[in-house]
Amino acid sequence: MWEYTEKVKEHYKNPKNVGIIEDADAIGEVGSITCGDALKLFLKIDKNGIITDAKFQTFGCGSAVASASILTEMLIGKTVLEAEEISNQDIADMLGGLPEQKMHCSVMGREALEAAISNFKGEPKEKKIKGKIICGCFGVTEDKIREVVQDNQLNYIEEITNYTKAGGGCGKCKDDLRKILAEEISKRNNGKKDKPLTKTQQILKVNNILETYVAPELRKDGGDIELVDIEENKIYVNLQGACKNCPSSNLTLKNFVENILKEHIGENIEVIEA
Amino acid sequence: MSEKIIYLDNNATTKSCDEAVQAMMPFFSEKYGNPSSMHTFGGEVGAYIKKAREQVSELIGAADPQEIVFTGCGTENSNMALRGLTDPRKRHIITTKVEHPCVLNVAKHLEKHHGYEITYLGVNSEGELDLDEYKDSIREDTGLIAVMWANNETGVIFPVEKMAEIAKEKNPKVLFFTDAVQSAGKIPVNVKNTKIDMLGISGHKIHAPKGVGAIYIKKGTLITPFMLGGHQERGKRGGTENVPGIVALGAASEQALRYLDDEVSRVKKLRDRLERGILEKTFNSRINGSRIKRVPNTTNISFEYIEGELILLHLSDLNICASSGSACTSGNLEPSHVLRAMGIPYTAVHGSIRFSLSRYTTDSDIDYVIDKIPAVINKLNSISPFQSELRELKEIKTAVKG
Repeated sequence: MWEYTEKVKEHYKNPKNVGIIEDADAIGEVGSITCGDALKLFLKIDKNGIITDAKFQTFGCGSAVASASILTEMLIGKTVLEAEEISNQDIADMLGGLPEQKMHCSVMGREALEAAISNFKGEPKEKKIKGKIICGCFGVTEDKIREVVQDNQLNYIEEITNYTKAGGGCGKCKDDLRKILAEEISKRNNGKKDKPLTKTQQILKVNNILETYVAPELRKDGGDIELVDIEENKIYVNLQGACKNCPSSNLTLKNFVENILKEHIGENIEVIEA
Repeated sequence: MSEKIIYLDNNATTKSCDEAVQAMMPFFSEKYGNPSSMHTFGGEVGAYIKKAREQVSELIGAADPQEIVFTGCGTENSNMALRGLTDPRKRHIITTKVEHPCVLNVAKHLEKHHGYEITYLGVNSEGELDLDEYKDSIREDTGLIAVMWANNETGVIFPVEKMAEIAKEKNPKVLFFTDAVQSAGKIPVNVKNTKIDMLGISGHKIHAPKGVGAIYIKKGTLITPFMLGGHQERGKRGGTENVPGIVALGAASEQALRYLDDEVSRVKKLRDRLERGILEKTFNSRINGSRIKRVPNTTNISFEYIEGELILLHLSDLNICASSGSACTSGNLEPSHVLRAMGIPYTAVHGSIRFSLSRYTTDSDIDYVIDKIPAVINKLNSISPFQSELRELKEIKTAVKG
């Protein structure tokens, strides 16, 4: 059973603005029945660019209905310019939050809004799919993943799945997701490059990477890893458990651990067994 | 909000029957001894376990109570059967695409990490297996066949007795395991005169508490214990016995046998009436799975073009408990593997609702649900973006009726 807020419950029980607008000035349509959710958003926009009415129809779960319902309430009375600023996080916030695994419902609301606005601006309906498809199960593109990762400051693959569904089917795209995530995180961090990380921040960061990407793999084979120290670009670690006496431990260290850390931090680091 | 809960989710879990609860009570603070102890206080508890073993063997028709091994749950039974293979030359396992995750995920694990080859048999649109295909899949190196007796989602029954025969004809050494968690207590389940080697049941599906199960292991069947430890259960399953649970399972098994007639007659009638009522009053509903070869308590109904979680939430507000095969209910983004294996269109998979009844389901429960469902479905239909598709369905239905 999901833990839905009272606001979510209120909106899926009695959704506001359900239906269609016959003479809509903008229509946004996203999702498909195969994926398990779909949303059609209709907007009436006056000559001053103010949204005077919004209606929706949706195929989806409780949080999808609630997201769409509250979105229509948020839209009415706003100008198109203001509406463009509404993020998926805003939708979730208005609902008092959504369960993590349901964040993709708010993303769907944001997407329908985008589609409606571009429809209003007269952009062609059959927009080219931006970027290549990364997740074949749910048809999620690279561009969408990058956008959602930056907009929501995501740090983990699980979060990408919660927000976009990518990786939630067969899971074959997880390696691609890992790469995209690493690139986007380093892009984000480069933006803040002016301040060098303190030693504590460095340790936290490396530890986080080890915990997320390295340790789970080693643990599958009965091993583990521990961060011992960081000195400038040298990262000292201890291999533990089954990894300790494993003849290929050096290979693990250089080919696996070092590569992953390079991917996330930069090429100029070195991993050394403490 | 009326307080009465209309509980139609008995394939998920059941209410413990009074007999089970009463039977287990003394074993918490009075007869709390350990049956393995040397003192009489503990040792005498063993007699109650023995009785429970007899009650369970009665339920499934085991020739000897010693063939019953108590476990923790249905999942443990499947782990024990699948991971217990002893012959290193037998690297092939046959199962179906519609098994419960407790079989499927163990099979996938053995495939990925232990070099086993697994055949996953498909089903047709009614949820039935092709027995010729099944027969052809049995090989010299097949170590185990794991096929559920009845499907938890659709209730469809597999002919496991016949399948066990076929298996032994083709390869006398192959082991046949059936997960009977959803059939025990609902239809006659009897291993006597069959070639079934192992059969699993779960307490909380037959009105015993959660945390206890049992597996029948035919005498002479060689499998490695999965839970290693002490000598309990004659070394087949280590760990101090869950005495209250085991005693309750025994009492519940006795009741299950007593109520079997009720299940196949009264409960079946209620299920059929529920089905008819819903099909009549909602134009976008359809039954998933064979209506003939099905356990009497289960129906799986799809409401096309609307989503299952949303239906459940609205039913829950009316105090009606059911389940759905929709993706949204699982926390896993893929909808029911069972319905997809049957080739049910996505328009229907996401809106599938399972109602599962029990001996506690009453006529008025069913009246209430039939009365309440149309309004819920109509309301949700009106939210759906697939209005033209829904209109078409409605026209077809009206045409058929007219």
